[in-house]
Amino acid sequence: MGKKMVLTGNYAVAYAAKLAHVDIVAAYPITPQTTIVEKIAELIEKGEMDATMIRVESEHSALAATFGAAVAGARVLTATSSHGLMYMHEWLHWFSRARIPGVMAIVTRTLAPPWNIWSDHTDFYGQRDTGWLLAFAMDNQEVLDTVIQAFKISEDPRVYLPVLIGLDAFILSHTSMPVELPDEDRVVEWLGPRRQGYVIDGREPLALGNLAWPEDTEELFMDLEKAMEESYNVIKEVDREYGELFGRSYGGLIQCVHCSDAKYLAVSTGAWSGDLIEAVNMLREEGYPVGVLRVRFYRPFPHRDIWEYARGVKGVIVYDRAISFGAWGPLYTDTVAGLYNYTTKLPIISNVIAGVGGVNVPHEDFYRLTKEFIDTIEKGEEPPRIKWYHRR
Amino acid sequence: MVNKLVIEKPLYNKLPLAKPKIGVAGKTGTWRTEKPVVNNDKCKRCYLCEIYCPVNVIRVEPETGAVIDYDYCKGCGLCADVCPFNAIEMVPED
Amino acid sequence: MSQAKPPLPYKMRDVVLPGDAACPGCPIPMAWKVLSAVFGEKMILVIPACCSSVVVGPYPNNSLKASIVHVAFASAAAVASGIAEALRRRGVNDVQVIAWAGDGGTADIGMASLSGAAERNHDFIYIMYDNEAYMNTGIQRSSATPYGALTTTTPIIGKTEHKKDVARIMIAHNVPYVATASIGYPHDLYAKLQRAKNIRGFKFIHLHAPCPVGWRFDPKYTVRVAKLAVETGMWILYEYYDRKLHLSPPSRPYLDPSKRKPVEEYLKYQGRFRRLTPEKIEEIKKYIEQNWEWVKRLM
Repeated sequence: MGKKMVLTGNYAVAYAAKLAHVDIVAAYPITPQTTIVEKIAELIEKGEMDATMIRVESEHSALAATFGAAVAGARVLTATSSHGLMYMHEWLHWFSRARIPGVMAIVTRTLAPPWNIWSDHTDFYGQRDTGWLLAFAMDNQEVLDTVIQAFKISEDPRVYLPVLIGLDAFILSHTSMPVELPDEDRVVEWLGPRRQGYVIDGREPLALGNLAWPEDTEELFMDLEKAMEESYNVIKEVDREYGELFGRSYGGLIQCVHCSDAKYLAVSTGAWSGDLIEAVNMLREEGYPVGVLRVRFYRPFPHRDIWEYARGVKGVIVYDRAISFGAWGPLYTDTVAGLYNYTTKLPIISNVIAGVGGVNVPHEDFYRLTKEFIDTIEKGEEPPRIKWYHRR
Repeated sequence: MVNKLVIEKPLYNKLPLAKPKIGVAGKTGTWRTEKPVVNNDKCKRCYLCEIYCPVNVIRVEPETGAVIDYDYCKGCGLCADVCPFNAIEMVPED
Repeated sequence: MSQAKPPLPYKMRDVVLPGDAACPGCPIPMAWKVLSAVFGEKMILVIPACCSSVVVGPYPNNSLKASIVHVAFASAAAVASGIAEALRRRGVNDVQVIAWAGDGGTADIGMASLSGAAERNHDFIYIMYDNEAYMNTGIQRSSATPYGALTTTTPIIGKTEHKKDVARIMIAHNVPYVATASIGYPHDLYAKLQRAKNIRGFKFIHLHAPCPVGWRFDPKYTVRVAKLAVETGMWILYEYYDRKLHLSPPSRPYLDPSKRKPVEEYLKYQGRFRRLTPEKIEEIKKYIEQNWEWVKRLM
């Protein structure tokens, strides 16, 4: 049993970085990520954490400096939100295409104008195609555990891709919860030395990123995709090992609650999955055969695991805390496409978009929306495919 | 304490890395329309042509004077222009 | 008659490999040769988008026997900061980190990250090689383009502002070492690199690099044009350290305006100045005089 502390989600990120013996942190403050950077600075200056902090002048430089440190052999972590993430977006592509390990925490916050500091998942989903592994936590304990696991996954030679962990603004980042910290020595021993596929430190003349002709380029990206697919197994393996060593695991890429005999599934990701689980517990008590499928890793998309639980169901309702304007929710899109890999006879899949801009969606709303979905199908009718649920 | 570092090849290992090689743009000597010819009697071994040559194909040695690798000389004419002793002449390439 | 040893180290022969993709007469590999004379292969060049990105040739080959990290456009200084810190932490101190960026990648899109890295005083050398336009994308105007010069985005009227003086901006950041240099004076550049090598902290070198294609002159005149820039007083070679400006030997004669060659001698070689009017040339002469006044005040 490790040490128990009462930590906000942001502090959980900072302590995870400490436990993992991160070498270099280059970050720029932005609400609501700021306390991650502040806590790390405090831990370093107090001597509790042996790392170097680069107080960069922008988020673009933050990921650039993080990349430079990583390429030169350092274990790295950075963090940002919202427009900071938008500003550094080109660097996410650079990082993964260079096949260099690294970890980043994203405190998910919506985009402007108007200025808005509260949570939705738009900034997170915007990184969908970057080639990063994308994870999303539901509570602060999971934040800490997943950040530590991220180093193990990222530095695995079967992967060598950077990992992003999302946590909801204020709901997790600034809310205190009891978090158990695993023993630092055991974490460091489990993580082992930092591994990467190459290093640029003058030991031999090596150039990263010279111009490549189209055929070479496509082959490079195809190897990236193969590594992404391989990471599916690595994520499960790491989560299992973590459970054996430290007593907690999360089900790999997805967490399923009440799924084994479910006829209906509610899919979501992020902190509000907790409220969804509460709603589904209430529905279960009333006899509704419904389960929650929480997506823990959005990339690689867990289509195999979702198919395992969705194959016999009559309906799937996907809750998205973001919308791709002109289409529908990102999680819905991938769920439908993912299931289509396995069958052309899909169950009824509905998309409810809610909580965008940080609107609070309490468990009563999840209860009502999910109940309505199930009742409609049971009656033999079709629920609307896409619904943007808004409340004041 | 600093983390140890282990370099291990990735499983899927096509990486965007390049290694040093002469002639990355091919035999750039074919770009020439005129070529530098050295008169090693006039050459005083001042090394200026070797220092300035942008493709690094001139080698000056006390015994041989200035020797040019015509496989890669692009014929820019800089060596002829900087030589203080007019020991290099640009002649049309045939 | 013959000399026993070359005036620059032999390792200068081994790093810049023949057969690169540069235009004939390009100043970039010329400068790299001087870098290699000082550092050999033990250098990591951080190169943002610029001509150098392409000069080194395509994957899987590299025309430099040294390490390169190609980076996104605005971030040479930021990546170099990260590399410098990581190497310092790992105790690797036998390799020189050099951010090698063009005028566009430094003075324009890279200005913010340059200022940040300078202010934090990271230990690396930043060399801005200045060919006075966005050459890699086809000769568009940059903030370092001189007054009156024609570029593809100032094709008829020419640039209407004077050159942004980045070395002066770096002096204002109070970094340990700032210098201007020119590919026309390799021994001077060599000496400056040797001095920079032994200073800890952020070092900045503004390197004048005439581009035959962009400035519209015959490739054989690259060195001649570079020297004329100094001889007319248009480009002033100096170092700034220990809170003083030290005028470099090649520029010292030109402190006296009567010793400077008339600026028309520099301008006449370059097609990019072909539309200069007498008024514009007067403006350029005033500009030269103002720069020398500033230099004298700091000496």
